[in-house]
Amino acid sequence: MTTKLVVGLDGHASGERALAHASRLAELIGDCELVVTYVVEWSPFSFQTAEENEQRHKRREEEIETALERVVNPAVKKVTDAGLKARGVVRHGDVADTLIAISKDENAEQIVVARTSEGGFAQRLFGSSTSNLVMSSTVPVTVVS
Amino acid sequence: MNYTQKAFLAAAAIAAPAGAMAQEAASLDQKVNEAFASATGPFVNLIFAPFPGTTFPWIVMWLVVGASIFTLYFGFVQFRYFGHAIKLVKGDYADPNDAGEVSHFQALTTALSGTVGLGNIAGVAVAVGIGGPGATFWMILAGLLGMASKFTECTLAVKYRNEYPDGTVSGGPMYYMKKGFAELGLPGGGFLAIMFSIFCILGALGGGNMFQANQAHAQIAGIVGDYPGWITGLVFAGVVFAVIIGGIKSIANVTEKVVPFMGILYVGASLIIILMNYDQIGAAFGAIFAGAFTGLGVAGGLVGALIQGFKRAAFSNEAGVGSAAIAHAAVRTKEPITEGFVSLLEPLIDTVVICTMTALVITISGQLIVNPETGLFVLNEAGTAIATVGDTSGVALTSAAFGSAISWFPYVLAIAVVLFAFSTMISWSYYGLKAWTYLFGEGKTSELIFKVIFCVFIVIGAAANLGPVIDFSDAAIFSMAVVNIFALYFLMKLVRRELNSYTGRLKSGEIQAYAH
Repeated sequence: MTTKLVVGLDGHASGERALAHASRLAELIGDCELVVTYVVEWSPFSFQTAEENEQRHKRREEEIETALERVVNPAVKKVTDAGLKARGVVRHGDVADTLIAISKDENAEQIVVARTSEGGFAQRLFGSSTSNLVMSSTVPVTVVS
Repeated sequence: MNYTQKAFLAAAAIAAPAGAMAQEAASLDQKVNEAFASATGPFVNLIFAPFPGTTFPWIVMWLVVGASIFTLYFGFVQFRYFGHAIKLVKGDYADPNDAGEVSHFQALTTALSGTVGLGNIAGVAVAVGIGGPGATFWMILAGLLGMASKFTECTLAVKYRNEYPDGTVSGGPMYYMKKGFAELGLPGGGFLAIMFSIFCILGALGGGNMFQANQAHAQIAGIVGDYPGWITGLVFAGVVFAVIIGGIKSIANVTEKVVPFMGILYVGASLIIILMNYDQIGAAFGAIFAGAFTGLGVAGGLVGALIQGFKRAAFSNEAGVGSAAIAHAAVRTKEPITEGFVSLLEPLIDTVVICTMTALVITISGQLIVNPETGLFVLNEAGTAIATVGDTSGVALTSAAFGSAISWFPYVLAIAVVLFAFSTMISWSYYGLKAWTYLFGEGKTSELIFKVIFCVFIVIGAAANLGPVIDFSDAAIFSMAVVNIFALYFLMKLVRRELNSYTGRLKSGEIQAYAH
C-alpha cells in the first residue's frame, strides 16, 4: 500500500524546507505519495460586511487559484520532476485543524511542516499553528526547523 | 461651486442661529416641508393610519398577523427547529469541503448589524415609558412570532437569489417575487418586485439614512452640547463616502467587527445591572406579566401596552420587511431552508434578548415613577406617558437607567448609538443599492449615482429636521412590508415544500452533521 505523507506549505522558504525533507523521506520509503497542502487561514466565525459576503465565493475561487498557481503547483511539479508521486490540495480553515483533517481523510502516516518565523505578540496571543498541530495531531508530526 | 461647498452653505443657512438669512432659510424650509407634506401626507397617513376608534396602526397589525399566520402555517417552526438553528450557526452541518464560503454565522451577524441599533435602545424606552413594563411582554410575543416571518423570507431569498458567472451573488425579496411568482405561474411578480425596490430605495434614504444621521446627531449633541447638525452630517457623509464610494473597506471592516462587540458590551452591562439588583428580577418579571394583562397605571392602559410592545418589536427586528433577507441571501449553502432556520434567531436575539434586557434595566433602575401608596405608575402632566426621574424619554431614559447603576455608561452608550447608527447606514446603503441595481441594472455608473445620492441624504438628514421627509421614508420601509408579506402569502407553499423535504431527509438520516 502506498504510504502517504501530508506536507504543509506556507508559501515561504520554511515550506520549501518541509517539502525538501518530505521528498527525502519519500525517496527512503519508496512507494510513497506526497499530499502537498496549502491552507488559506479562514474562520467561519469572523464578522464580514454584506458586500464581502456577496463577493466571498468569487474571492474564494481567486484565493484557491492563486495558492495553486504560486505555491502548490510549482511544489508538485518540483517533486514529480524528481520522479516522486505528489498531489496538490488547497483548503480554507484553521491551519492545524485542516492539516489534521486531511491526514485523517488521506489515511496519512505523517504530517511534515516547517517551523514558521512568526513570533512576538501575535504568537503569544493566538498561539502557533505548528504547536497546535503537534498537540492535537493523531498522526506523527515532523517539524523541520 | 462644488457639491461640498453648496451643501456647506445650505447647511449653514439652516443652522444659522438668527438673522434674516436664517429666517429666509427657515421659511424656505417651512415651504419645502409644507409642499412635501401635502404631496406625501396621504401616503404617510395611509401607512400609519390607526384602526378606526383605536390608536393601533394597521401596518403593525399587518406585520403581526403575517407573523402569526407563518407561525401556524409552518407548525411553530421557530420552536421546533430552534436547536437545529443553533447547530447550523455553530457549523455542525457545514461541509468541510465548502469551508471558505460565507458561513451561516457570518450571514446572521451581517444581518444583525443592520437591525440591532437605535430600536433596541431608544425604541424600547419609548415602549416601556408609555406602555409600562407590560409592553415588554407583547414585545417578546411579537419577537417570537416575527421569527416565522424571517424564516419564510430568508429561505426564499437564498432559493431565488441570482448567482452570476463571476461567483458573486445578489438576492432579496425582489428576486423571489419575480422568480417565485413565475414558478407558480402567477402574474404580477415583476410588478411587486419593482414596487418593493422603489420602497426599499426610499426606505434606505430615509429610515436607513436620514433618520439614523438625525438621531446620532441628537445623541452627540446631548452629550457635548448643541451645535449645528450639518457638522455631524458632513463627518458621517465623509466616512460613509470613504467606505461605499472610496472603497475604504477597512472602516466598514472595523465597524462590522466593533458593532457585535458593542452589542455584547451592551448585553453584558445590562446583565451586570440586572444581577446587581437580583432581588428585583422576580418583581420586574411580575410587573412585565401583570402589566401585560392589566395595563393599570400606564398611558393607554392594556391596549397602550400592547400597541407599544408590538409596535417597537416590529420597528426593531424588521421581520416581514424584507430588508435582512437581502443580507441573508449571500450565504453559501446547498439547502436554502437552512438559512431560514438560522435567520429565525435574528428576532430572538434582537427583540427577545436585547430589547428585553433594555426593558428590564429600565424597570429595575427605578426611573419610572411609582406612587408609593397605590403602587401604580404616575403619569406625566399631559397623561401621555409614565412620569420619569428627570423627565426623560427615549434614548435619554435608557441612558439615565444605565447611568443610575454605572455612572460612566451613558458615554459608552453614546458611542454605541453612533456606531449602531453608522452600521445601520452602511447596511441600508447596501440594501438600497441592491434595489437600485435591480431597477436600473448593475454597472459602475449606476451604482455610483445611488451612492452619491445616499451620501447627500446623510447631510440633509443630520442638518435639517425635515419631519415630513423622514415620516415618508419611514412609511416607505413599512410599505416594503406590505408588498413583501403580500408576496410571502403566495410563496409560502414553496417554503413548506422545502421544509418538508429537508426535515424528511434530516429525520431519515440522509442529512447528517459532520464530525468535528
